[in-house]
Amino acid sequence: MKTIFERPQSMTKAETHYCPGCTHGVAHRMVAEIIDELGIREKTVGIAPVGCSVLIYRYMDTDMQSAAHGRAPAVATGVKRVRPELCVYTYQGDGDLASIGMGEIVHAANRGEKITVVFINNAVYGMTGGQMAPTTMPGQKTTTSPKGRDVAQSGMPIRMAELLSTLRTPSYVVRSSLHTPHHIIQSKQALRRAFQYQLAGTCFSFVELLSICPTNWGITPVQSNKWLEETMLPYYPLGIFKTPEDK
Amino acid sequence: MPKILMKGAEAIGEAAIRAGCLSYFGYPITPQSEVGEYMSRRLPEVGGVFVQAESEVAASQMIYGASGAGVRVMTTTSSPGFSLMAEAMSYIAASELPAVVVNIVRGGPGLGGILPSQGDYFQAVKGGGHGDYRCLVLAPATVQEFVECVMKAFPLAEKYLNPVLLIGDGMIAQMMEPVDFDAVKTEPQRDVEAWATTGCKDRPRNVVECLWLDPKLCEDFNFELIEKYKKMAAEDCYFEEYELDDQPEMVVVAYGTTSRIVRTAIEELRKDGYKLGMLRPITLFPFPFDRLRALSETAHVKAFSVIEMSQGQMIEDVRWAIRDKFPVGFFCRMGGIVPSPEEVIDFLKQEFVTRGLKGAKS
Repeated sequence: MKTIFERPQSMTKAETHYCPGCTHGVAHRMVAEIIDELGIREKTVGIAPVGCSVLIYRYMDTDMQSAAHGRAPAVATGVKRVRPELCVYTYQGDGDLASIGMGEIVHAANRGEKITVVFINNAVYGMTGGQMAPTTMPGQKTTTSPKGRDVAQSGMPIRMAELLSTLRTPSYVVRSSLHTPHHIIQSKQALRRAFQYQLAGTCFSFVELLSICPTNWGITPVQSNKWLEETMLPYYPLGIFKTPEDK
Repeated sequence: MPKILMKGAEAIGEAAIRAGCLSYFGYPITPQSEVGEYMSRRLPEVGGVFVQAESEVAASQMIYGASGAGVRVMTTTSSPGFSLMAEAMSYIAASELPAVVVNIVRGGPGLGGILPSQGDYFQAVKGGGHGDYRCLVLAPATVQEFVECVMKAFPLAEKYLNPVLLIGDGMIAQMMEPVDFDAVKTEPQRDVEAWATTGCKDRPRNVVECLWLDPKLCEDFNFELIEKYKKMAAEDCYFEEYELDDQPEMVVVAYGTTSRIVRTAIEELRKDGYKLGMLRPITLFPFPFDRLRALSETAHVKAFSVIEMSQGQMIEDVRWAIRDKFPVGFFCRMGGIVPSPEEVIDFLKQEFVTRGLKGAKS
């Protein structure tokens, strides 16, 4: 019998704890597939965040370190600088990266750390129970914005890919989405390119993945994909914001 | 090698390099910015890594990462910066990583001042960050001793898989003293294969983390930490005794810079016939509880005094050590003011009167 689909070698056999419809599983799998395809499992160190994906170190069959909330880019800097032969990536959500970890991500990008950052943007804090994130959409109801995000009080959502692309240090910055199979294939291509830039020692690489959180959004997965397309996509345009080849 | 004259902060950096620490992550803060300056110049010469982080928060998380990757690594800071490192200290202790951190304590609280203080004793020895954990804490009193303690800190951190914290102050960091780097033999790094994130080639993966969703497992780990700290107390508690072998009536307890002033005061007082000596803790955690208690149980010791540059922090450990068998006299200067030998002498003379000791023979 011919095997046509199986668990990536870079994933453990552990069952994930994610809610039905959550896109973390898709993103995890893509990262693991790329590690397999590039043949770098034995030289990869992943840095886990705090948030829903805090337990990613149980699912990836590579060396892993967990980080305090928001500090993954600093931890990754420590690992990569002392062992530059390793492939080091962080996997972070929007509360982790765009709120408490804003300082660490901006400075890691600006130093041009040769690391890869996988940024999951689902416009809400997941693990703590659906609070407002820096990426929450205007008017979006969360447990700490019960009447919807009031931009007069909380400002507009932060667009990380745009923000990081303003830095003058060469880098690869891209935003993709996980709401359709087509976009998932595009996301994997972006992730592969991000890891390849790191392996070539070229630059810092950052892939923002628009994701859904049916549980905290309070709608079904199908409705969530529609909401992402109709509400998030107009504000968070997809595409490559910066490449190291840019003049 | 002959002794060379060196500023304390630079000697700390050089000692780390001689100990095989080729990676340093730090953030400038007075009065120890010279450590980072020195490392930025020296580490590239020896193939090492220097990174100026964007904050103490980031610097300490970088050493968490580098330590997890299995190399000798150090950061240095001063009080307000150490508060920002409290988060990482807790994670480093919980993940059982061997990182070395130096806190050159300055006057506080708040932004405080930049001059010598011992106000961070509680923060250093009672934890500092969240959760139940301890650092092994060394408190050298001279530039030479600082060099030796830095060089011993790395093997100690590796022995216990625990952060080692060195505390000093601007007096030691800014002063030039003769140092001999050959006084301590450097010990090779222990094998890190069992736990470090070096890439899982030909072995199961290593994971550096500190999350226990099962409270029983978290409690088990806390019990393991208790055993670790007991082992530290049994095997690596260091102190110096000064003039304690001559049946002193009073034992003065002081550490770091303060102990140097106290030494001078005791020297003067003994000329006048006062019978007193000093116990100087070199490790503040583990603290020399047993030795102090034994001293309190001798027939000749009738009083204890503590001199600190704080409102009275180490004194709590001294009182616990002797179970309050005697009232413990206390003198302090604070906010960056180092006590003068004269005021310490006056205080100790008064203590001899207050405690009804014999004092001067004449």
